[in-house]
Amino acid sequence: MGDYIAIVILVGLAAVICGAMVSLSFVLGPKNTTPYKQSPYECGVQPLGDARERFPIKFYLVAMLFILFDIEVVFLWSWLTVFKNADLAYQTFSFGAVMVYMVLWIIGDAYVIRVNAIDWDETTSLHPAKLGEPDPAALPVTARDLELVGGAR
Amino acid sequence: MTDWLIQQSPAIQATVRVLVFVLPLLLLVPGLIWWERRLLSWMQDRIGPNRVGPFGLLQPIADGVKLFFKEDITPSTVDRAIYFVAPAVALFPAFAIGGTLPWGPHYGPLMHWTPIANVNIGILYVLAISSLGVYGVVLSGYASNNKYSLLGGLRSSAQLISYELAMGVSLACMVMATGSLKMTDMIAAQMEPLWGIQSLGWLQNWFLFTPFGLISAVVFLICMVAETNRTPFDLPEAENEIIAGYHTEYSSMKFAVFFMGEYATMFVFSGVFATVFLGGWNLLPINWDVVAAQVPALAGIARAMDGLTYWLAPIWFLGKCATGITFYIWLRATLPRLRYDQLMSLGWKSLLPLAVANFIVVAIWIMGTKLYGPGGGWAGGLLGLAIVYALYLNFVSATRKSGWGAKDRLAMVDKSARTIDLVDPNVAGGTR
Amino acid sequence: MTTFTVLAIVAVLAALGVVLFSSPVRSAICLVVNFFVLAFVYFILNAELLGITQIIVYTGAIMVLFLFVIMLLNLGGPQAWKERREFRTVLGFGFGAALAGVIASQLITHFREHSRPFADDGYGSPQAIGRVLFTQYVWPFEVASVLLLVGIVGSILLAKRKL
Repeated sequence: MGDYIAIVILVGLAAVICGAMVSLSFVLGPKNTTPYKQSPYECGVQPLGDARERFPIKFYLVAMLFILFDIEVVFLWSWLTVFKNADLAYQTFSFGAVMVYMVLWIIGDAYVIRVNAIDWDETTSLHPAKLGEPDPAALPVTARDLELVGGAR
Repeated sequence: MTDWLIQQSPAIQATVRVLVFVLPLLLLVPGLIWWERRLLSWMQDRIGPNRVGPFGLLQPIADGVKLFFKEDITPSTVDRAIYFVAPAVALFPAFAIGGTLPWGPHYGPLMHWTPIANVNIGILYVLAISSLGVYGVVLSGYASNNKYSLLGGLRSSAQLISYELAMGVSLACMVMATGSLKMTDMIAAQMEPLWGIQSLGWLQNWFLFTPFGLISAVVFLICMVAETNRTPFDLPEAENEIIAGYHTEYSSMKFAVFFMGEYATMFVFSGVFATVFLGGWNLLPINWDVVAAQVPALAGIARAMDGLTYWLAPIWFLGKCATGITFYIWLRATLPRLRYDQLMSLGWKSLLPLAVANFIVVAIWIMGTKLYGPGGGWAGGLLGLAIVYALYLNFVSATRKSGWGAKDRLAMVDKSARTIDLVDPNVAGGTR
Repeated sequence: MTTFTVLAIVAVLAALGVVLFSSPVRSAICLVVNFFVLAFVYFILNAELLGITQIIVYTGAIMVLFLFVIMLLNLGGPQAWKERREFRTVLGFGFGAALAGVIASQLITHFREHSRPFADDGYGSPQAIGRVLFTQYVWPFEVASVLLLVGIVGSILLAKRKL
């Protein structure tokens, strides 16, 4: 327990340093604000609408999968500390248990990869039939494509 | 000094340990920035900052002083409270993360000085605090009320959590090989005979030199670079796409605080890498006391080296951290930035499966060692590797069959090429 | 004891912030602080692994998802919602007080017996938990992995537009 006091102190000191860093410049710097200075930076163009727009659900999916896999690791941390130096009976039994666990993990991971859950560019991984109406104009045409097509214009 | 420290109350001892760690870290940050700017300029055939102080050493300090006295612009549309808190939150993990990091031997002369807290969960503490790094990014992106900031913050937070996963699993492999979460135990485990073979007792078992440790080290290294938002994973700051990402709206010291956090985190992560894979504060992977006992002719030199390693341990540790930082800078000078979909698929489809496979191999390795000695460990590990590799090949071929590849795409282009009015085939990329 | 007092004060303030801020993002930040400080309370009670799990899972993962959801639904605009005062508020206070009474009736007896909660050294250490989890509780452990697998498949099915 005594060790954790040190960590509490470290965390407290880190918080104080961070707070000081952020507020010092606020205290020390001059304050000559103009409406133009205070507008959001959009390369000099008048900002249109609120910036807090809704964003793709993919980010949510990433966070969700992160939690699930993170919890899968959390279950193992305690085992890792015992496994190496334990008696043989415990070792063989827990080894079997963890291997079953890992098989289920791998099934989950394989499913994630197989259905392209973490995939930002669906046009490269998803079959065209599943993308709905194929839009030829949406496909980027590269120089290599043109070579292969043979300059059919 | 130590005598004085022992007489103090535990709270004061802890405070001294914290200060001895945090203050040098705080002072090192300008040095790191100077080193990055100088080294990068040499690599790019420039001179770099050389005006303020000898070799431009005082340049970052001058910059810091300037930034403190610059106007702190707060855009009118921001969420003020969160806008103020976000940089502090971004800096916080940088200083708190080293709480369990031993920067020297935890016995002998430095017994009461390092690590700050030698707790049972050492390496997990590092992982936990580094996972807080997401908040600084996502909050500053949200609070700024700027479209680019929000995009940068979102992208960055998804990146951070994706790579944290592989990082956790790769560290789990090393914890399994050690049998303890304490970082001092990890160093002790790396001072055992290489590969568990007693006749190799004069060589240390640095995890980088074990086969599974090497895989873990590679995964950890990549994740470490991604976690600190450095090139080639600096997508949140991809200036040609989203201006400066989540810190677009920040000015004066608040802006600099993000970079302070980045550099301090880089440094501490280098220290973590050194501790977990490079034998911590040891200078060379050699057990000098064993050498002294086995080869009488070299006993004098070996004993001298042993003393040198032991007494100057913090310097060797600092040296390893500096090497890590130099590696970071070298990467920045060498590699171009990844595309976002490449980044995500690298994290989820390559690093995570690799780390998990490695985890299974280490488990088999330990079982084999227990049952049949070091040879059994090697055999079991290699067998596990072969099985995992076979499964991987099987899986890849299955994925290839289900997906649609370049052929289908070309067929589509072929079909569409007739309908699209191509302007100039010589201008590559996106010509319609 | 002083450590606990400091931590408890911060935790309670953060918890109050969760309830009292009208902007959901600010509430979420307060919840992050609360979870983080709570982990340290676990630490000083010798529940090391529990505390660090609290930081890794709740502070580091679940709250990120919370923030994502808040931002995804765009709830945290400057025009944060104001709750209307009506009879439900009073009812809420009533139920809250009742719940607090129920919890207190169970806790106070324990507080009388011990001056502070107590656990042996090493009781909550990773080693102790690893021992128990893989001998006595190995079945729940395996079931948890099935549950997580179901979670993975379910979240993908819900969130992915096309498979």
